[in-house]
Amino acid sequence: MVQQKLHVTLLTGRTIEQGVGKEAGKATKGYFESTTMCYMDICDMKKLGIKNKTNILVTTPNGAVVLRAVKYPRGAMPSMIYIPYGPWANSIVSNETTSIGMPSFRGTPAEVEAAPDKPVLSLKELLKSQFGK
Amino acid sequence: MSIVKSVTCPVCGCLCDDIELTIADGKVTQVKNGCAMCESKFLNYISEHRTKTPLVRKDGKLVPVSYEEAIHKSAEILANANYPILYGWSSTDCEAQRVGVEIAENVGGVLDNTAVVCHGPSILGVQEVGIPTATLGQIRHRADLIIYWGCDPWSAHPRHLERYTSFTDGRFESSEWKSYLNKVKASIGEKKLSSAARRRGLHCESTETVSDNKPPETLNKEGRKLVVVDVRETMTAKAADYFIQVKPGKDFELMQAIRALVKEQELDVDEVGGVSVKYLEELVDVMINAQFGVIFFGMGLTQSAGKFRNIEDAISLIRDLNMRTKFVIIPMRGHFNVTGANTVFTWQSGYPYAIDFSLGYPQYNPGETSVVDILLRKESDAALVIASDPVSNFPKKAAEHLVKNPLIVIDPHMNVTSMVGDVVFPSSIVGIEKEGTAYRMDHVPLPLKKVVEAPEGFLSDEEILTRILEEVRRIKSQKSKEAN
Repeated sequence: MVQQKLHVTLLTGRTIEQGVGKEAGKATKGYFESTTMCYMDICDMKKLGIKNKTNILVTTPNGAVVLRAVKYPRGAMPSMIYIPYGPWANSIVSNETTSIGMPSFRGTPAEVEAAPDKPVLSLKELLKSQFGK
Repeated sequence: MSIVKSVTCPVCGCLCDDIELTIADGKVTQVKNGCAMCESKFLNYISEHRTKTPLVRKDGKLVPVSYEEAIHKSAEILANANYPILYGWSSTDCEAQRVGVEIAENVGGVLDNTAVVCHGPSILGVQEVGIPTATLGQIRHRADLIIYWGCDPWSAHPRHLERYTSFTDGRFESSEWKSYLNKVKASIGEKKLSSAARRRGLHCESTETVSDNKPPETLNKEGRKLVVVDVRETMTAKAADYFIQVKPGKDFELMQAIRALVKEQELDVDEVGGVSVKYLEELVDVMINAQFGVIFFGMGLTQSAGKFRNIEDAISLIRDLNMRTKFVIIPMRGHFNVTGANTVFTWQSGYPYAIDFSLGYPQYNPGETSVVDILLRKESDAALVIASDPVSNFPKKAAEHLVKNPLIVIDPHMNVTSMVGDVVFPSSIVGIEKEGTAYRMDHVPLPLKKVVEAPEGFLSDEEILTRILEEVRRIKSQKSKEAN
């Protein structure tokens, strides 16, 4: 049975594509493609009734962002999602620094739902919506 | 056309210094020995995304101005601010960082570097319990057990395994590259069989399951062993002799359990963090029987639950292991000179990051004087960002206040922070267009080369900062004269 929402743990981090994209330029297509995706476990994708590269809405207590769901290619990571570092990931991570200065980039509880009709914002659109600049 | 050898790569904390560049018509045209990120940096340093001239925001839009105007505007912002923050520093040279400390002291600001959002917790852990460590050269030649915990060098430090650990021939230890290739060949064979079976309808699509964490036979093989501990199966985990899939947020418990086993204590539970205790016992045997072991750790430990306590525990584990054998630990530093930023700030002020000069002398209290906390409390009233991209890398709430501050950005490229900045400086690229010094992740300083000329008229980070400092001093002295 298809679920409307899935409760997961949000992880953010590096991928080689994100690394190559950031060195080529933050306004490049490569950077956009590599930072607007969200790795998911294949079983979790089936629970939501979505296919590879379907848009999803990821919501945390800190915000919501539309990303492309991508099947995690190695092993299982049930109830976890992995978003490469970038402005999209950081629009929803926890800003809790637990009194030591370090925000909680990993381990934020999140909700995922299918959003095939919602677009992934471009970098300019994201900045405009967040900061008005 | 010329070839420049032994170039140091200014991308990640590995600082690979064996890069060969082909230069033609004053541009880098070919990169040899580098990883994908290295190639991307050296082949894209001149592109349409490079900032071409200083910019100042007027009527909501960034408009081109001269360096003089941008320097004056920046100095005015900093000199008139009550509590400015000066952030970044990890992708520039030590020479620029040194000037940064002087500016921060002069304007009574807060000086912080990107360690605050990467290995700041590691520094706090080290300050609690010290650190038994080594250079990457020692590890290359001697380490027979390599453990990567909460890090994926295959993605973030692509040549780390090839140059310093499992896939390099050291004086006393050999490369395990061939055994990895055999593993890859076997895996390709399995995939082909599975795909053929699926096509013939012999079985349905396989679904991956979470690792049961049972140690494979390869854990007891001869030669160098590679162990990876992570919450997901990374590319590095694929290459490992033993991959342990720990449950998210359970690293601290797992390390405590390993420490207890190293001390030959009995555990009252059957499993810890998703790993059976009997499997942990096998791992501990391998650790104790190693001649020279090393743990490399990354953001998986510093950014998840426990943060600096994870690091303190990891270092304590190394201390326990050193009662039985030889073990060291090294953080996998990200930006190519974040270690340099910590080093320069420490020798100049006594503290490695999150340094508050607002009282006229350096104060250090991460959680209070760290940039993310200052931004979340909305206390800063101006910001200078250099060689980093906090609007992209900070949580949204912190970036929101940063953007509200008069924002000075120094960066060769138009990054996300530059796009929302108020004064934007283009600069020459350290390690390509300017020579300098950077510290590798193991605290070894290496020279960065200048291989091509910067675009005409471009200043370096160090020159821009020096001129801003001179202008700040001039403005302050004028103010002081007027007040008297």
